[in-house]
Amino acid sequence: MAPSFDTLTEQDLHEEEVEEEVDFSDLKEQYDVKLEEGLDTFIVIDGLPIVPEESRQKLIKFLLRKLNAVGHTSEDAVFMPVNDKSKSEGFAFVEYETPEQAVAAVKQLHGVPLDKKHTLSVNKLMDIDRYGREGRIEEEYKPPTVEPFKEKEHLRSWLGDANARDQFALFRGDKVGVFWNNKGNEPENVVDRAHWTQLFVQWSPKGSFLASVHPQGIQLWGGPSFTKQKQFPHPFVQLVEFSPNESYLTTWSARPIQVEEGQPVLSYEEDGKNIIIWDIATGKPLRSFVSHDLTAGPTGEGDQPKKKVQWPAFKWSADEKYVARMLQGQSISIYEAPRMNLLGKTSVKIDGVMDFEWSPATTQREGIKQYEQLLCFWTPEMGSSPARVGMMSVPSKEIVRTRNLFNVSDVKLHWQSQGTYVCVKVDRHSKSKKSLATNLEIFRVREKGVPVEVVDSLKDTVINFAWEPNGSRFVAITTGEAVAGAAVAPKTAVSFFAPEKKGHQLGSFKLVRTLDKKNNNAIYWSPKGRFVVVGTVHSQTSFDMDFWDMDFEGEKPEGEKDFAANLQLLATVEHYGVTDIDWDPTGRYVVTSASSWTHSMENGWSIHTFSGNTLAEHPTDKFKQFVWRPRPATLLSKEEQKQVRKNLREYSKEFEEEDKYAVDIANTAVVETRKRVINEWTAWLRREKEFLAEEREAYDLPENADEAKLAKDARPEAEEQGETVVEEMVEEIVEEHEEVIG
Amino acid sequence: MRPILLSGHERSLNQIKFNRDGDLLFSVAKDKIVCAWWSANGERLGTYNGHQGAIWTVDVSPNTVLLATGSADNTVRLWNVKSGECVKVWDFPTAVKRVEFSPDGSRLLAVTEKRMGFLGTIAVLDIAYGDGQGGNLEAQAEEPDLRITCEDAKATVAGWSYLGKFIIAGHEDGSVSQYDSKTGDQIENIQAHEFDHQINDIQFSADRTYFITASKDKTAKLMSTRNLAILKTYVSDTPLNSATITPKKEYVILGGGQAAMDVTTTSARQGKFEARFYHKVFEDEIGRVRGHFGPLNTVGVHPKGTAYASGGEDGYVRVHHFDKPYFDFLYEVEREQLKR
Repeated sequence: MAPSFDTLTEQDLHEEEVEEEVDFSDLKEQYDVKLEEGLDTFIVIDGLPIVPEESRQKLIKFLLRKLNAVGHTSEDAVFMPVNDKSKSEGFAFVEYETPEQAVAAVKQLHGVPLDKKHTLSVNKLMDIDRYGREGRIEEEYKPPTVEPFKEKEHLRSWLGDANARDQFALFRGDKVGVFWNNKGNEPENVVDRAHWTQLFVQWSPKGSFLASVHPQGIQLWGGPSFTKQKQFPHPFVQLVEFSPNESYLTTWSARPIQVEEGQPVLSYEEDGKNIIIWDIATGKPLRSFVSHDLTAGPTGEGDQPKKKVQWPAFKWSADEKYVARMLQGQSISIYEAPRMNLLGKTSVKIDGVMDFEWSPATTQREGIKQYEQLLCFWTPEMGSSPARVGMMSVPSKEIVRTRNLFNVSDVKLHWQSQGTYVCVKVDRHSKSKKSLATNLEIFRVREKGVPVEVVDSLKDTVINFAWEPNGSRFVAITTGEAVAGAAVAPKTAVSFFAPEKKGHQLGSFKLVRTLDKKNNNAIYWSPKGRFVVVGTVHSQTSFDMDFWDMDFEGEKPEGEKDFAANLQLLATVEHYGVTDIDWDPTGRYVVTSASSWTHSMENGWSIHTFSGNTLAEHPTDKFKQFVWRPRPATLLSKEEQKQVRKNLREYSKEFEEEDKYAVDIANTAVVETRKRVINEWTAWLRREKEFLAEEREAYDLPENADEAKLAKDARPEAEEQGETVVEEMVEEIVEEHEEVIG
Repeated sequence: MRPILLSGHERSLNQIKFNRDGDLLFSVAKDKIVCAWWSANGERLGTYNGHQGAIWTVDVSPNTVLLATGSADNTVRLWNVKSGECVKVWDFPTAVKRVEFSPDGSRLLAVTEKRMGFLGTIAVLDIAYGDGQGGNLEAQAEEPDLRITCEDAKATVAGWSYLGKFIIAGHEDGSVSQYDSKTGDQIENIQAHEFDHQINDIQFSADRTYFITASKDKTAKLMSTRNLAILKTYVSDTPLNSATITPKKEYVILGGGQAAMDVTTTSARQGKFEARFYHKVFEDEIGRVRGHFGPLNTVGVHPKGTAYASGGEDGYVRVHHFDKPYFDFLYEVEREQLKR
């Protein structure tokens, strides 16, 4: 039996073999006989006044007024028993029309005062049956035992590693492990558990929790030994998303939830919903929703629009105060966390809205004093009105900036990580709708009036775009039209952009360099900026990755003097079948991996330095997922960080010494183990030889018992002769002629 | 030295064997022919013709008088090495996957396939050497002296222990068992490899106190003959077909590669068709030898440790004579030990 979610313990996870059982749950659900179905609609009301039989009807009528406020019932459905003294007993049974009404009655009427002396206590009949049956309740009151306070494991203990190493989670086969990164050496294992997750694992954005996904729900793990922290029982959950500061969790399942009787966490409110937003601290659902589907892309005439799940369905503002969801084409609903009430009690109606993005940081616009969060959205052309990109300030819901666009096919919104810029990638078609080109419209959010700069030097469509984290440079990958039916993807071009240097101010964005005839399709910036990996992933034919430095400390090419960048290719690395590229949270290492989720060829992962120096390769069977554990933002002030940077040379000396020492230790350790191993081996051989001699004696066999049985051809003396020399006789007829002797 | 390419077979190789002196090399393939070669220069000495089906296995008696072969035509044949005559044919109900002479040459074991309602067996035959002058070799026992039936998982390979005391068999399910060679009783059975990953080869050390197994689970294991303890594990990245222990140097040689049927579904870039050298004691990979363009089905090493040969799915046998650096290579630890 697979362990049930409620009773899932760590021992279960360590079990090597969990028998796979046929999943009957769908059938069970369909044919399950609910024995007590009929009683779901009954409630028991206690705490009523004891009245003589005559005034019973009066009491019932009085009671009905209250009862009907929460559901539908009638006089006939109220049964108030009378004892032999013709007095009522002080309780009554009531039947509602539906179980939901009964639940509502319990929720709303329990503890409600009837008059000054009497307070109703309302319970479901089934609960009384379940908990109140004779023998189940002890006669004497026993105070509940308060568990002594147990200190929980520290959720951020990994940050205290003496060598500031990073952790990562590795999912391969059916095992998930967490490891310390040891650069080129074998990673050090922290925990390794079989069947730790069903679908995938995910770190929370600040690295405190590791989420595992099970058919029964989500579990969060944390602390030095990865103990169970919280669980969120969302049946058949498929997707999970954390809020930026790890306070909330959004879960989604394609199957609407069916709340069953006795579910401790979910209530009838969650019934039929797909999405639940949870409070991580309490483990309780905050609110649940039915998901809206997206229509995927423009659809042809008469085609059924393809349904696509919108994920993340709920997008959080940077400070977690607001969470918003879009109903495509109609409106954006903004909720206030943690109460989850609709901001201003209405959704923001935006006709045709296609997509929106929150600013990833709380931005201060120039001249604006009050608190605000910004979000960007766009609407396509509709009839004669142009396409539009808008910026909304929340909580005022005011649209603070708009820009009209024409001939728009598609738009993507890219915020820079500090919310300084937002780049609107506009794919434009020509009048004939035959060719496409991309414009980049960059909003400078922090400048007065939010000016927009247009970059239209790109001829082709941009297939990928990425801002430098905390910087003001970006990389775009463009490609020409794909030739229909061609087996090979069209060549791409990689373009690097940087602002012009104008004293302290940063000027307009200019193209630094374009590299043509590449195959690259993916951009991965170092989380600390400056370095960027431009790679080719999910490709059948090319697997190269270019490691670039944007601030190379060397000679600058003459033509690029004015740019706030000095571009230099550091290295090109190939990793066959690469599907994912991940920077570690400190920007020191890059891991490239080939996951068996995509293909089954040479699965595994490799670790490189930021400069493209490959440290180690780890071919791993059935490798699925590699995820670095994120780190929370640094606690050092700007000044302190500067100080560190200034003294880098001194620190590096220290670290180099440490590294050298570690290598020495490791080497001695290797030599020691080798010595031990070889001594063990020779000892084993010697012992075995003795055993053999003993046995030979016991069987009374001669010394040469294993020698060949003699036959004529045997050459026992060959041993002494050593090497056998094989002589090769080659006869060649040089010439042949006939002589007649006369 | 440049490897010697022996291209005498038309189909994939199944087994190669050096004789005890190391001057001869015997090879069998799916093409029904047994070839004998001079190991020193790769010249073909001759062939042994007569089998009607693919030949799975070959072994030569310790005195190089008799040669035994097992084939898909359900027979074990005994040949006069010198003359090439077939001196005896034993019929079995199913194909014979492995034959091996006992260390003293007085017995021969034959592993038969499980098929058509017949369980896999290990048959032991008594072998006589006629008048000791190479004559009257035809006088052999008609019936096996012993039959071991494998009820659970069929044996795929088998060999003799030191003094011919045990028969060690590797099974389809990845387990290794030890049988008493006199009574046929199973003494021990150990799940040495991953479950359901067939053991493809077993080869013994010179004194037969330990042996190496090669399995589909991508590992080879060094095990003690006496108690089947696993002494060493060699991990590779490809299913293994064959493994051998080198005398003189403390190495093992592993051969394998993506199975022919899997090549299309895996990376075409590299089929991993290399012979891999591991250090026997430290379990480290030391080197690889390329050359075959199909999986290696069998590897064998010269009894004096001066050469090794490999036979591939590509139909070639490659004989490599080791160069000086091979013999010179030592771990620092080993060098120290030698000094003492």
